[in-house]
Amino acid sequence: MSDLESALGRTHGSPVPTAAGTGPTPPPVRSARSRATERVIGVLALVGTAFTVWLGLWVTPPDRTQGDLVRLVYLHPGVAWVALYLAFGLAAVSSLLYLWPRTRSLFWDRLAAASVEVGVVFNVCTLVSGSIWGKPTWGVWWAWDARLTLTAVLLVLFLGYLALRRIPAEPEVRARRSAFVALFAVLDVPLVHFSVNWWNTLHQGATVLNPGLTLKIHGSMAWTLLLGFVSLTLAFVWMLLVRYRIGVLEDWLDANELDAALAERRSEGTGPGPAVPSEPVGVA
Amino acid sequence: MWRDAALVAGKDLRIEARSRVALSQVAPFGIVALALFAFALGPDRDVLARGAPGLFWVAVLFCTVLAVQRSVSVESADGARDGLRLSGIDPAGLFLGKAAAVGVQLLVLEAILVAGVVLLYGARIQIPWMVGVSCALGTIGLAVTGTLYGALSSGLRMRETLLPFLLLPIVAPVLLAGTRIWQAAMVGGSPGDGTQWLRLLVAFDAVYLAVGVILFGPIQETA
Repeated sequence: MSDLESALGRTHGSPVPTAAGTGPTPPPVRSARSRATERVIGVLALVGTAFTVWLGLWVTPPDRTQGDLVRLVYLHPGVAWVALYLAFGLAAVSSLLYLWPRTRSLFWDRLAAASVEVGVVFNVCTLVSGSIWGKPTWGVWWAWDARLTLTAVLLVLFLGYLALRRIPAEPEVRARRSAFVALFAVLDVPLVHFSVNWWNTLHQGATVLNPGLTLKIHGSMAWTLLLGFVSLTLAFVWMLLVRYRIGVLEDWLDANELDAALAERRSEGTGPGPAVPSEPVGVA
Repeated sequence: MWRDAALVAGKDLRIEARSRVALSQVAPFGIVALALFAFALGPDRDVLARGAPGLFWVAVLFCTVLAVQRSVSVESADGARDGLRLSGIDPAGLFLGKAAAVGVQLLVLEAILVAGVVLLYGARIQIPWMVGVSCALGTIGLAVTGTLYGALSSGLRMRETLLPFLLLPIVAPVLLAGTRIWQAAMVGGSPGDGTQWLRLLVAFDAVYLAVGVILFGPIQETA
């Protein structure tokens, strides 16, 4: 398909000569179907989120006790669901699948990396939106509630994973190392969960936190909430797909950067002038 | 496995006995940390005594990072790590030996730091065995996780900066549990609160000991 060809050309700037078999391998190409799927998911996520914002800000009524603050409920739980369950869960499962010898493939490694990176964005959004809600409700930007603490610890673990990935290494070595760090972090989660729960309850007793959202769920509110969950999940999937694709291209670039640059340089030399001999001839 | 572990631990401890890095650098650093906490919180002995359990464990955590760095750097010179792998030592034994050596050094450090918080902060310990058990279990957890992350980061150029960032959040449960057990064991604490935290420490140790024994071979290959 010419569509594919143009996409290929665009990712790379100018077409690279791959003659003589020694040139760089061409960048990985995706099928038209996967591109279309990605685009459809992206558009759905955008439209869904816009719709959620419209419903949440203008259509639904304010809450009797919380007033307009309740509108954050359409966003905050959905973001938290993506960050804490979807992204972290997917990263954990794909890291384990990478470590398992029978399913070992760089696919799982890249999926885990993409999931963690998108998860970090959602995790920060969770903490920020929670803080915005917490200030007027609890009077503080941050409370050492067990759930908040666990979310923050998860963020730090995520960030450590990403920091480790930034260290240059062979793709297989990096994948293995990252998968181990992910495994250690996953094992830590239940331990942190119990300890912060006991920590908080032992230390402060019953608090005003964790109010359980005692809302009278209005019909339009329930629908908005649901739509928020669905569109944020779609947004996660879309970002995941894009990030995965970037990961593949990055790995390709790492492996072929020098070859591609050399080939380009050589093709400059074989322009209008006399051809540069590819091998030294007649060395005295 | 056990024989290999004893060999490796003996080697590391002999190196320490001859170089005295932990004793002459890490232990004084722990004392400096205690002094800095006192400067930060003010000279009020009531405040310091109340904060003693947490401050003690934070100081131990910092010392753990240093001890693990040292344990890794011992292997990184002269191709020692490759030599160890070539020597046919069981990876599980190697893991247990390295962890045991770090653990022994940490126990000595903790003894010094306990004396430090009692003398400098006026911490009053009511139930010494509880403090001892928490130190023993906490040390196992710290030494084991430290050795795992040390092995993972041993080949990395940015080890010094990356290791604390990776290790400290993971050992957060040890800090929480150790602090609560200490608080329960102090004068005026409620000793009953300590038992569930002791169980948490046991669980932490068991999880990471098992992971290390099973996976230390493959982990070494990532370096």
